[in-house]
Amino acid sequence: MNDETMPAPAAQPETAPPAEKFYVRFTLEQRYLHAVLFSSFLGLAATGLPMRFSENALARTFASAVGGFGAILFMHKFCAVVLTLAFLYHLKDLASRVFLRKEKGIFWGPTSMVANWKDVQDLVGHLRWFVGLGPKPKFDRYAYWEKFDYWAVFWGMIVIGFSGYAMWFAPFFARFLPGWALNAVLVVHGEEALLAILFIFSIHFVNTHLRPGSFPMDMVIFTGKETEEEFKKKRTLEYERLKAQGKLEAKVGDKPVYWWVNFAKVVGTIAILIGLVLLVLTLIAYFGGG
Amino acid sequence: MAGPRLRVRGKHGDWKHWLQRVEPLGVDAGSTLLIAALVLFLLLGVPSFLHAQTDCLACHADKTLQDASGKSVGVDADNFHASIHGVLNCTDCHTTIKEYPHPEQVEAVKCVTCHADQASAIGGSVHAKASEHPCTSCHGDAHTIYPKSDPKSAVYPLNIPKTCGTCHASAELAKKYGLQNVYATYMDSIHGYAVSKEGLLVAANCRSCHGSHGILSHKDPKSTTARANIPDTCGTCHGGVKDQYFAGVHGKALMAGNTKVPVCTDCHTAHGILQPTESSFRMQSTPICGSCHTEQLATYRDTFHSQLGLLGGYVETARCWDCHGAHGVLPASDPASPVNKANLIQTCSRCHKDANLSFVQYQPHANPRNRRLNPALYYIRTFMNLLLWGTLSFFSLHTLLWFIRAKKERSEHGHSGEANHE
Repeated sequence: MNDETMPAPAAQPETAPPAEKFYVRFTLEQRYLHAVLFSSFLGLAATGLPMRFSENALARTFASAVGGFGAILFMHKFCAVVLTLAFLYHLKDLASRVFLRKEKGIFWGPTSMVANWKDVQDLVGHLRWFVGLGPKPKFDRYAYWEKFDYWAVFWGMIVIGFSGYAMWFAPFFARFLPGWALNAVLVVHGEEALLAILFIFSIHFVNTHLRPGSFPMDMVIFTGKETEEEFKKKRTLEYERLKAQGKLEAKVGDKPVYWWVNFAKVVGTIAILIGLVLLVLTLIAYFGGG
Repeated sequence: MAGPRLRVRGKHGDWKHWLQRVEPLGVDAGSTLLIAALVLFLLLGVPSFLHAQTDCLACHADKTLQDASGKSVGVDADNFHASIHGVLNCTDCHTTIKEYPHPEQVEAVKCVTCHADQASAIGGSVHAKASEHPCTSCHGDAHTIYPKSDPKSAVYPLNIPKTCGTCHASAELAKKYGLQNVYATYMDSIHGYAVSKEGLLVAANCRSCHGSHGILSHKDPKSTTARANIPDTCGTCHGGVKDQYFAGVHGKALMAGNTKVPVCTDCHTAHGILQPTESSFRMQSTPICGSCHTEQLATYRDTFHSQLGLLGGYVETARCWDCHGAHGVLPASDPASPVNKANLIQTCSRCHKDANLSFVQYQPHANPRNRRLNPALYYIRTFMNLLLWGTLSFFSLHTLLWFIRAKKERSEHGHSGEANHE
C-alpha cells in the first residue's frame, strides 16, 4: 500500500538479522476466515451480552446508546449471518479438499485437526511439564489446545447457530420441534455463548496470544508466516518431519510486509482489548447478579 | 303573562270585557289590592332596584377606589352586570351596608346565605379552612363570577386545572401539606393534553376525580380517590373498562375488600396518565405487576420477551397484559382468559403470525432452575452449566500453570524460551 512512505529508520532493524527465514503456516483464506470469525464473534458477543444480561444497568445504557434493542438485535443477526456464511464456506472448503482434491491427512495423521492418542499424551505431558515432573512435549502441526479451540468453535457454531436460528424463526421451527424446545434453545444459546465468550476471551487469548513467548500476540494468524526459530520451537515435530521428508523448502515464504504486520497488530490489539473489556463486563454482570 | 292568555280566549279584545269576565269568578277587594301592589312594585321597584346598584356604583365604579385600609373596593360595573350575580342588589350580599356613610365595621360577605349546600360540603373537606380557601380562591373575583358552563368562569372545565394550579402547582405548598406537586405531571398526561391542547370538555380535569366542594383526602374511605373507590371514579367516564375490571380477578378481590389489589392508578398512575401504547408506558408497567407477582416477573425476566423489552427502543415485545389482558385479568383456567389453553394460538398469533399448536407450548414463564416444574429445562441448564464451568475450570488451571511455567522458563533462559517473531 504505502511501503514507500514508511520511515526508513524504523524499517532498519527489520532487515538486521539477514538470514531469517519465514515459513507459511496459514493460507490467505484461513487468515481471512479467522478475521471474519473474530470480527463477527466480537460483534455477536457485544450485542448478545446486553440481551443475556438485560437487567444490568450498563447493558441497558449500552443498548440505548446504540439505538435500543432493535439495533442490537439487527446487529446480532447481521453478525450471525456473516459467521454462518464463514462457517458454511469452511465446510465447503473442507468438503472440496476431501472429495475433490482428495487431500490426505484431514481426518487422521499428524496434520489432522482430529484428536488422537498423541494429543492425550501431549496433554498429560504438558501438565507434567507445568509442575516440573517431566520434559516439555514436542508438538506437531496442531497442538491439543489448538485442536480443542477448533472443535470448541465447531461445536459452538452448531449449537449456538441452531438455537439462534430456532429463536429467530420460532414459528417455523415449532413445526418440527416440541414446544418446550423453544424454551430450551434460549437456555442453550445463552449458556453456550457464555462459555464461548469466557473461553475465547480468557483461555484462547492467553494460550495463543498473551502467554510469555507469544505476548502480546501471535502474529502467525495475521501474517500466515512464522520464523524458522518459532517454527522449530513451537511445532518441532512438524519441522523435523518436513525436514526429513525434504519438504521444508516448499514451505518457505516471503517475509511479512512491514505495513501489513503493523496493520494486523493494530487490528489484533483492538480485537483483544475489546475481548478483554467484554470479559470483565461479563464477569461483573454474571457474578453481580445481572 | 296572564293578560294576553285571557285576552286570546275572550271574545272581545279590550280590558272592559276582561274585568267583566273576572268579576263573576269572585275577585274580591283583597285580590284587587294585591294586583295593584304588584303593578306598583313593577312601576316603582324595578327602577329602585336598578337605582340601588346605580347608587353604589356611583362611587364604586371607580376601579381605583380604596377603603381606609387601602383595599380596593372598586367594581367593574359591566363585568358585574354580565356575571351570574349581576341581577342581585349590592346589599343582598353586603348585608351590613345599608346607607352612606358606611358603618365603621362591615361584615365579610357570606356566600353560605344562598349557597348552603356548597358551604356544608366544603366544611367537611380538605379545604374547610375558610381563611385559606375562601370561595373566591376558586371562583375568582366575587363580582365577576360566571356559571361553570361559561368559558369565562374559573371553574369552566377547561379552566379548572389552571385554577387549581394557582395553589397546586406550587412546590412550596405541596411540601407544606405533604402533597405531590402534580400540576405539571397532569398537564403532560393524556388528560391534561386533552384539556389544554384539544379543549375536550369531557376530558378528566381535577374536579372529575376529586370533586369540587367536598374534596376529601385519599386516605378518607369516603373519598372518590380512596383506593377502593378509584375504579368507580375512573369508571364514571371509562365505563367499559370498569365493567371489565370488576369482572376480573383484581376487581372481584377489590369488591371483596382486598385493597392490596391493583386499581386503575397503580398501573396508569393518577396524574401522569400516558397513552398505554406509548413506549414509556410499556416500559414502566411490567415491574408494577411484578411487585406482587415476583416469581412470575423473575421467570419472565429470563425469557426473550423481557430481554428484548428491557433494552429500550423495541417495546413491542409481550408485556404482562399483552397475554393476560389488562383490565379483566382472569385465571388461566377460565375459558375466557387469553392464556387459557384453548385461546393460546389466538393470543400468541397476535405477534407471532404463524403460531401453531407446538409453538404455543412455549412457556413464557419457564424456570430452568425448577426441577419439579421444568425438568427438561432444568437438566439442560445443569448440563450446560457443568460444561461451562468444567471446561473453564480445567483450562483456567491448565493455562495458569502454563503461564507460570513459561514465565519461569523465560526468566531462566532469557529470550531463548518460546520465541515470537517481530
